[in-house]
Amino acid sequence: MRSPNVKAQPQDVVKDASMIKQKEMMASHYERLTGAPQTGAKVASTFVPGNLNELIMCFDLVNNLPEVNAIQSGLRKQSGGYIMEAERAGHSEDVCTYVKSDIGMMMKGNIGPNGKQLPNPDVLLLSYTGCFTFLKWFELLREQYKCPTIFLQTPYMADGKITKNMIDYMVKQFKEDVIPTLEEVSGVKFDIDRLREYLAKSAKAEDDLVHVLQSAKNKPSPIDAYFGGIYYIGPIFGAFRGTDDAIDYYRFLREEVDARVAAGKGPVTPDGDMGEEKYRLVVEGPPNYTSFRQFWKMFYDEGATVVASSYTKVGGTYDFGFRHDPSKPLESLAEYCLGVYTNRSLPMRIDMLVNYINEYEADGLLINSIKSCNSFSAGQLLIMREVEKRTGKPAAFIETDLVDPRYFSAANVKNRLESYFQMVEQKRSGKGVAA
Amino acid sequence: MTDKSVSEIVARCEALYEDLNFTAAREWKEAEPGRKVIGYMPIYVPRELIHAAGMLPLGIMGGGDNLEVIHGDAYYQSYICRIPRSTIELGVSGRLDFVDGMLFPSICDVIRNLSGMWKMLFPEVYAKYFDVPQTYQDEVGGVFYTNEMREFLHDLEGIAGHKITDDDIRASIEVYNENRRAIGDLYALRAAQPWNAPASEAYLVIRAGLVLPVEEHTQLVRDYIAAASAEERPLKDNSRVILTGMFCEQPPLNLIKSLEMSGCYIVDDDFVLISRWLLGDVPTEGDPVHNLSQAFLHRSMSTAAKYEPDQAEKGQFLVRAVQKAGAEGVIFASTSFCDPALLDRPILQNVLKQAGIPYIAFKYAENSGQMQPIREQAGTFVDSIKLWSAA
Repeated sequence: MRSPNVKAQPQDVVKDASMIKQKEMMASHYERLTGAPQTGAKVASTFVPGNLNELIMCFDLVNNLPEVNAIQSGLRKQSGGYIMEAERAGHSEDVCTYVKSDIGMMMKGNIGPNGKQLPNPDVLLLSYTGCFTFLKWFELLREQYKCPTIFLQTPYMADGKITKNMIDYMVKQFKEDVIPTLEEVSGVKFDIDRLREYLAKSAKAEDDLVHVLQSAKNKPSPIDAYFGGIYYIGPIFGAFRGTDDAIDYYRFLREEVDARVAAGKGPVTPDGDMGEEKYRLVVEGPPNYTSFRQFWKMFYDEGATVVASSYTKVGGTYDFGFRHDPSKPLESLAEYCLGVYTNRSLPMRIDMLVNYINEYEADGLLINSIKSCNSFSAGQLLIMREVEKRTGKPAAFIETDLVDPRYFSAANVKNRLESYFQMVEQKRSGKGVAA
Repeated sequence: MTDKSVSEIVARCEALYEDLNFTAAREWKEAEPGRKVIGYMPIYVPRELIHAAGMLPLGIMGGGDNLEVIHGDAYYQSYICRIPRSTIELGVSGRLDFVDGMLFPSICDVIRNLSGMWKMLFPEVYAKYFDVPQTYQDEVGGVFYTNEMREFLHDLEGIAGHKITDDDIRASIEVYNENRRAIGDLYALRAAQPWNAPASEAYLVIRAGLVLPVEEHTQLVRDYIAAASAEERPLKDNSRVILTGMFCEQPPLNLIKSLEMSGCYIVDDDFVLISRWLLGDVPTEGDPVHNLSQAFLHRSMSTAAKYEPDQAEKGQFLVRAVQKAGAEGVIFASTSFCDPALLDRPILQNVLKQAGIPYIAFKYAENSGQMQPIREQAGTFVDSIKLWSAA
């Protein structure tokens, strides 16, 4: 069902060339995935934060990401039914809705976004990064699929640093368990030079991604780094990191964004070029996917552009300098996993958001708190207060959910946003922030 | 033989349980200059290392149902469990102002993030996220964990102002071995004679171990066992059940009493899991840190916050617990919004279903006040167990 507030029909949605290219890439991946039973390709299910795509490709495995499947179900308005299906089967209303959407989808035949059945995984690569729910999620899937499960533990960066013990632990897990099991499942011998080659390609695409994300420092920003950012991160957070396709896509995107900067243009929204940039925001937390366009529209209708977001760092933080490094392949994969946003301590997250507000000259911080995501949500109220204190910029808090439509209240969210924009105006005019 | 009665021992334990100013721990600290107290949250930290540093490990299980949370709610959305908000309340209200350090074990995203919040709210206090391995090979998870413990020891030496020797740690391991043995005996007594050692009493006796020096607590457990064994209380026509899911946020005492009143003999549980986390004695010969690591890897309890690498083994701990305690059913009691317990529950329920073990499930919070629905649900469960048994 479409919301009556969204005027444009799907065919009316304006997309720039990079978005169309991205969509084609994602579609081609789903074709490859759903075609695996015919092609004989083996499938590895894994997660976005700590995604080891380069390693997976070394074994000719196809990468399946249940989180992305849940997002696709949310965007297609199917997740609500799936979640209720899982709850009827005994899953609690309190827990992660990605998990329930995935399990509900499995119970209803595992039909992917291309309308074809997703294959059962040959291996569950449980890359445990920044979220304890992953651990339980794959225990639940293992019970159903009864396939080998490889566990990779990423220690938490609690003290704001990566220690030798953390790297050594992860490299040992790669050598002792992850790689031998992937060899066994795939029948392909591990070749570290092949991994190096993929990592070098990753680094190239990462350079261009960072250029694109940092283009938001321009005024107006040529991109929306949250809603639009989700398109931009799709290939590199998913099945394309380490590929030529990703290099081509990010180079193409970079050129497109540079052209927008040169032309003094703002972001492309589903309703076309955005008008005047009135507000520049930093956003913390994932978006709501069941009303994604409606949510986005609440921003661009008010002239609000998101210039930086934490969510677009959940599959890797590249803007502080990290790049996959072919000269130390396994250590580099470990460092990548350790550095993802949700694996960073709360003080690190605050530092990051404060830096974004300062460097991107934002008007303030907006937190979209997700009901079923404790990894992001626990502590966000303290984050909000601390960022406000350190930047002097107003912050606001809204609550939605990832893919459960029951927790998206459009009227409430819109009211909050409108009040927030008034707060920003008051702050600018020196009248202080209304209580 | 002790000369203390059950009621005297239980009254003391209840007073300790209700004391949210942690007077016993404060008095311990004040008794000698230079003493230090290190707080820890559920589920597990190696208390032996803290003890070896000459410090008092202090278990913080939230604020229970007697704490009015005023400030803590301002830090959390409505959809986060209660233990972090009541723990923050304890902190900001000054009830933990005598604590020299706080440990936040690796259990879930909420407690993990609380470690960072603590660093920000109480920058003068040592705060550590205590990471543990979820992989159990000696050369992989074992080495990681040993190094983490050594780093923690180094921190403790800094707080204590003196070195901690291997002999110190060995002596502490022995003291905790004695405590684990005593607690094992208490659980065995309760499983054998739940009418003489009801769960509501055993719980209070175990809880006292969070705030007392371990040596004193071991004696207290022994005193209770002796006193409870000497009494002969009436046997009721109750059903024997196991409680599971309470490994972090603890239930209100009234909840345990309500289950007993509704006809349950609770013959095993996962309350205050740290007191029984390591199974059996930890060796006191050789490298003590290595021994603690080995015990964690190979001889520790199963719970939702711990990864089970073997699908065939998943949930079997519960089946074995049912068999060992002669239980007739399992009650899944999970804290609202507890991801580990609630995500694990369907898997465990499937295991029980296959084993033909009946179960029910409900949720609670540490401050749940309305017990009537739980009493009715548990009473119906007990009745149905009796009906099935008679069939």
